[in-house]
Parts: sequence; structure tokens; C-alpha cells
Amino acid sequence: MARRTLSILLQLLPSSRSSSSYPSIACLGLSGLDSKRTVTYMPRPGDGAPRAVTLIPGDGIGPLVTGAVEQVMEAMHAPVYFERYEVHGDMTKVPQEVIDSIRKNKVCLKGGLATPVGGGVSSLNMQLRKELDLYASLVNCFNLPGLPTRHENVDIVVIRENTEGEYSGLEHEVVPGVVESLKVITKFCSERIAKYAFEYAYLNDRKKVTAVHKANIMKLADGLFLESCREVATKYPGIKYNEIIVDNCCMQLVSKPEQFDVMVTPNLYGNLVANTAAGIAGGTGFMPGGNVGADHAIFEQGASAGNVGNEKLLEQKKANPVALLLSSAMMLRHLQFPSFADRLETAVKRVISEGKYRTKDLGGDSTTQEVVDAVIANLD
Amino acid sequence: MASQILRRVLRSRSVEQISTALIESPNSIGFISSPVRTISTSASSTQPIRATLFPGDGIGPEIADSVKQVFNAAEVPIEWEEHFVGDKVDPRTESFLTWESLESVRRNRVGLKGPMATPIGKGHRSLNLTLRKELGLYANVRPCYSLPGYRTRYDDVNLVTIRENTEGEYSGLEHQVVRGVVESLKIITRQASLRVAEYAFHYAKTHGRQKVSAIHKANIMRKTDGLFLKCCREVAEKYPEITYEEVIIDNCCMMLVKNPTLFDVLVMPNLYGDIISDLCAGLIGGLGLTPSCNIGEGGIALAEAVHGSAPDIAGKNLANPTALLLSSVAMLRHLELHDKADQIHDAILKTIADGKYRTVDLGGTSSTTDFTKAVCNNL
Repeated sequence: MARRTLSILLQLLPSSRSSSSYPSIACLGLSGLDSKRTVTYMPRPGDGAPRAVTLIPGDGIGPLVTGAVEQVMEAMHAPVYFERYEVHGDMTKVPQEVIDSIRKNKVCLKGGLATPVGGGVSSLNMQLRKELDLYASLVNCFNLPGLPTRHENVDIVVIRENTEGEYSGLEHEVVPGVVESLKVITKFCSERIAKYAFEYAYLNDRKKVTAVHKANIMKLADGLFLESCREVATKYPGIKYNEIIVDNCCMQLVSKPEQFDVMVTPNLYGNLVANTAAGIAGGTGFMPGGNVGADHAIFEQGASAGNVGNEKLLEQKKANPVALLLSSAMMLRHLQFPSFADRLETAVKRVISEGKYRTKDLGGDSTTQEVVDAVIANLD
Repeated sequence: MASQILRRVLRSRSVEQISTALIESPNSIGFISSPVRTISTSASSTQPIRATLFPGDGIGPEIADSVKQVFNAAEVPIEWEEHFVGDKVDPRTESFLTWESLESVRRNRVGLKGPMATPIGKGHRSLNLTLRKELGLYANVRPCYSLPGYRTRYDDVNLVTIRENTEGEYSGLEHQVVRGVVESLKIITRQASLRVAEYAFHYAKTHGRQKVSAIHKANIMRKTDGLFLKCCREVAEKYPEITYEEVIIDNCCMMLVKNPTLFDVLVMPNLYGDIISDLCAGLIGGLGLTPSCNIGEGGIALAEAVHGSAPDIAGKNLANPTALLLSSVAMLRHLELHDKADQIHDAILKTIADGKYRTVDLGGTSSTTDFTKAVCNNL
């Protein structure tokens, strides 16, 4: 209702169209919320007490961008406070105290953790996900207004099964020179990720869910995944459901990305599709995302493309904090502080659309600190 | 007998380097620069090369006709042996392809395949699978380059994807452990990885490419993709003039859609190869414009058009023969008939760049025959 009022008002006041701020606000696509609308969320008494959130700065540019988030949170006087824990990519295991803290706080914000290639260490990201059973990984890829890219009208949410599939880590050498890796698909995990995807679509006013698979070749494994998706689709008749083979999907993403809305995928394809979608919408520097489970949630940069930045970015302090800022806005919504989330998102989008303070990957030359200062200045 | 061979060789135009080789070492008649062809099947101006042609289904026969016309106009010394996919299952191959067809490809060592629709049903193997297994086609090469004159959002793509075609995630070994739990095996062997890495570097060298990138996910799948990478590194040491790098697949996907000029030759295991090669095809305008070539044991090359058989436009003279034409150019390059290949290639590019004769899928109104005639005129 508030959204309709806003558009009627915009029509009645033609002079307001000329001001540059309205179009950028009106096309805020995240979760379909327009800012400037009155907050209708009615809190329960005591909801405003500060919440503890575990913070893991991580490796590479991680500490830089999590520092940015801390600064912005303080400037907004958001009711969150951070408990920092040091975890680095070369540790063999995530320390028990970190896991205990996340279990207690239920919410965590994380910078990137580097995974060494080919080494004997199991990926720490995977460890966290398995321990806390974070079975859904979400990446929201969308065009930022004011940022020109090759593709327009992109607004895709990729929901990816996070615990099994090709990344089960079960490999062994049969004889020297022959290695086997197991890809495990279970009905239980496929069903719950399908349910999560449809519920997300339902709660966020999304019209279509697409399942990405390769069931023409891997008939049993991806066939099981598809079966679960189809079953769940029948329970949501208002949401359109279709299926697409993963190679065709990548081709369509590159030529006609506007046909996709919510995509649900198993583990490996989700990784590729999320990174491709992030690439076409402008880069991984500003895609928010998170991993969510039944009890816990970890928010981090959506599609990190497997790297944590190089040294040059680090010494020049030119890392892009937008992704983590938008992910922390998602976290604020998760903690049920929607107006803080809206303010943060509006400020960030205004900074990007103005174009004066942009980091290198978005085509500008500012440092992280300059972008953060601009965001803080734009908070209203 | 040796003098007969000598005479035939000296008459052939495309192997002048043989004469220099012969002058240097008259005893080593049997060796040409390409490691995959021996002297007995080289082209000479009197002896055309035999090649197998599978027109395929749907629009297949029309576009195959197109290729034959263009080759006639360009006077390419190729003699086609046509084989059709039957409608009865041949028990010797367990599929609709007959033993004779496969023998013909094995004999000629070179073939061109149009789109084939696998009929639905049981009791036979998929046609592509049959070809792959029987002929030992281990590498799928797809050169992707932007066609000047057909603008997509990406105008500067120029890369080649080489995909391992026999093992990896597509081994087809799946089973249900208990109800609701399915396992699928991904197999990587040293032998297959070495084979495809060798071919990739050899291709890079013979086609003047500077860089080979191996695409993997070895940070998660350590042993399997780790083995693949180890094999690539071993082969890379033998070719020091070619830059070698390793890129994680999600990074690769992102870089490809942001800046495809960063890549040159990509070599990958089966699943990643499938996805990345289709992604690259999407960058240049779709499967209707992408050539593809399968390389098999002993130097067999089967060029094919990877698009579908489009039964809805079959017989209506609307099909776009570009994919099959470009694949036949790839086949000619494999046969080392470089000047003919360049001639036909330039003609195709010029026709598309001119923009006057374009088929319906490229946004024009010409028919297949018009397009073919335009290409012949541009030779």
C-alpha cells in the first residue's frame, strides 16, 4: 500500500522527477522495499537491546572491509555490537571458541577466508558450513543504478545447496594415477533447499523459481534433486517453476539474464552460476550474500570467486567494502532491524550512483576509507 | 614404390616443407610436421582426401549440402562419403549408427557431423556417446571468436576451449546407496589428463597461441583436480615458450563474463569444460555460430555442429549453416590445408560482416541457399 502511494505521489508531482535522487531510490530492488516508506514493523518491548554478533575479519582484504562495516554500524548507532575472533585460512580447524560464539549469538559476519590450493587442509569455509549446518547459500546479483554494465535488468537470487553435492570432500586414489571423487545427493538435503528457495520467493514477492541441473547426463543424482524441487513446487502454485540444464543456463545468463529470477541449484553448479551472475551484473565487489541454516546465519560477500584480494589492493587500501556493507544490511534485516537496513542500503546506493567515490573494480579510484566516509555522510 | 610416393609428394602443393625435409633426409619419408598424419594420407593435387560426412537429422541435410557447395566452389580436394543414421538398431554398435559408418570414419580419419537427434527409447546408446566411445574421441576443441559484423555484448572474444571428453563427472557411474541417497562417481586418471594436456599444448603451439590456462577447483576437490593440474604442469614444462597458468573455475567464470580477452586457450576436465564452452558460445552469439571439433586416438578428427537438429525449421531452407561451415574450416585446418581453410573462413566472415545475406536467427531474411551462394561468391 505504501509503495502504491509513493508512485501516485510521484505522478502528481512531476517536478520531483527531475531531482536525481528519486529514480535511484525508486528502483531499489532489494527485497522489494522502497525507502522513505514509514516503517510498519511493530517491535516487542526489549527488541531494541543491542545484539551480539560474531565478527571474523579473515584474510587478505577481510580486516579492511570488516573494519569498514564496524565504522558504519557505529555511525548509525545500530543496536549491534561485534565480538571479534581471529581465524586465518592456514589454520587446520576453526577454533572451538569461534564456533561456540556463533552458536551463542546465532549470527556472524565474516570477511573472506583463503583456501590453500591442493594442500592437505580442508577448507575452513566448508568446515563452518558443515558444523553449523548452514545448508543454504544465497547470493543476490543485481544491477546497481548508476553503474554501467553490459547487461541491464539483472536481478537474480542464486540459492545454492551448501553441504553436499560435489563438495563432499570424499576422494581417494584407487590405484596410482586414478582418483575418484564422490558426489553425494540426498533427498533430505535437496528437499530442504527446495523448500527454502520457494519460501524465499514467496516471502520476497518473487515470481519464478528455476532449478539448474544436469540430469540428462547424471540421471540419478540430479534426477533426485529435480524430483524434490518438483514436489515442493506443487505446494506453491502461485510461483512459476521451470528447469534448465546448466550449460544452457550459462549461455542464457550471458545473453538474456532478465529471464531469471530465483535459481535453486546443487553445490557445484551454484558456485559457477552465482559467480557468472555476479560477473554479468557488474562484478563480485558488491554482491551481498550469506549462508543460512535452521538456527544460525553467517553473512559474507556473496560471490567471492575464490580469492581474498591481492597484496596490491591491501597496501593501497582500495578494497571494495560495498559487498560486505550490503551483506550487513541483510544481517540487520535478519536481526529484525529493518529501518537500519534500509538506511544503510539507501546510503550505499546513493554513494555508488553519485559516482564520486568508487573503488577500482567499479571504475573509480577511491580508497576503502573514502567510500566509508561517503556512506557515513550519506546516512540520514 | 618409394619413387611413386616421392613423385606424388613432390607434386602436392600443400607439403612443400616435405620436399625440404626430403632433401635434408631422404630416408625419413614417413614424417610430416604434423604428428598425427602420415604420408600415405596426405593431399596431393591428384588424390583427394576422403572424409566421412554424417548429415544428421532435421536441418542436417540442408546445411551439409551447403558445405558441399562451398567446398566445390573453393575446389577443396575432399571427397565425401555420406553415411546416414539408420532407423534400426545395429547390434554390433548397439545404436542407430552402423558398423560401416564407424569403420568409414576410422579409415578416413576425418569426418564432419551434422546435428543428430537421439531418439527416445531404450535398448540403444546415445549417438554421441557411441561415437565418442567407439572412436576414442578424447578432446573437444571449440574455438570461440567474435564474428565481425554480428554484434553481441562482447566484441573481442578470441579463445579456444579444450575439454576432456571421456571421463570426469560424466563417467555415468551412479547408484542409489539407500533410498533417498544417491552417489555419483567422478573419475580422473593420469592417462586421460596427460592426453588432453598434450593436445592442448600442441594445439597452442601449432596455432600460434601464447597462453594455456588450466581450469580447476583443486582447492575443494584436492585429489581429483589436483591430479589433473599435476599432469598439466608436467606437460607445461615441455613447452617453455607457452605461458601456463591455473585459474579456479569460479574466478574463471567471472573473468570470462567481465573481460574475455584475458583468456587464450583453456584446458579443462569434462564437466567444467561443458559449462565453460557453452558459456563461451553464448558470449559470441550462441550455438548456431560455434564450430567444434573432436579429436580422437590416432589423429582422428570429427568436426561437428553442436546445435540441435531444429526439427521445426527442417526442410524450409531457413537454417543457418554457419556452425557447420566453420566446423568444416576447423577440419581443413586439422588436415593442414591452411590456404583453403583461410579462403573459406574469410568468405564466411565477409558474408556475415556485409550483413546483406543473413539467415533468420541472425536477424536477417535470407534463406540457406542464398547465404551459401553469397559465401561462394565471396571466395
